[in-house]
Amino acid sequence: MTTFFLYTALGLCFLMLFSLYRAIFGPSVLDRLIGVNAIGSKTVILLLLIGFLYGRVEMFIDIALAYAFLNFIAVLAASRYFHKRKGLYEESFFE
Amino acid sequence: MDILAIAFLIIGLIFFTGGAVGIIRMPDFYSRLHPAGLLDTLGILAMVLGMLFYTLHHFSMDTLIISLKMLLIVFFVFLSSPTATHSIVDAGMRAGLRHWKKKDRR
Repeated sequence: MTTFFLYTALGLCFLMLFSLYRAIFGPSVLDRLIGVNAIGSKTVILLLLIGFLYGRVEMFIDIALAYAFLNFIAVLAASRYFHKRKGLYEESFFE
Repeated sequence: MDILAIAFLIIGLIFFTGGAVGIIRMPDFYSRLHPAGLLDTLGILAMVLGMLFYTLHHFSMDTLIISLKMLLIVFFVFLSSPTATHSIVDAGMRAGLRHWKKKDRR
């Protein structure tokens, strides 16, 4: 069962690379924000899996809960910051 | 019980894969938010259910507290993820991003 948790965590890390592509090469700033949000929600699950691998779930579950809060607050603050920002329109299409 | 846990973890991985492929391949900012907002939330629910079945296999007071905390994570994510998605959409609308039309290149 531990081996299965390990391979699930590896697959989750592989899926994070797809979201990381959108976070690096995204056409506009808000596309990067989508990628960061998706990576954060996968990280919560990854922390729980790491807790099962180390056998100390009762410690890692608090870290996962705190990370969920931090991810939510970071995305909310960043999207409020880009509220009034004009000029996103030109970046949003290629060329 | 282990088979149930493995099945739910695989279902969660399928949901996460759908979300990642949708984020990569959708043509527009607004349509990219759709897989990012929905499938990540449902993937977290499925994977936490799988780990919950694995934890409750040996039933005691500690595992009960751990599973309650896992359900608390799911409850909070179900509240926060649609809020974050709506906040990003609101920022895009006010900044004047135009939606994708059929004649535009991907």
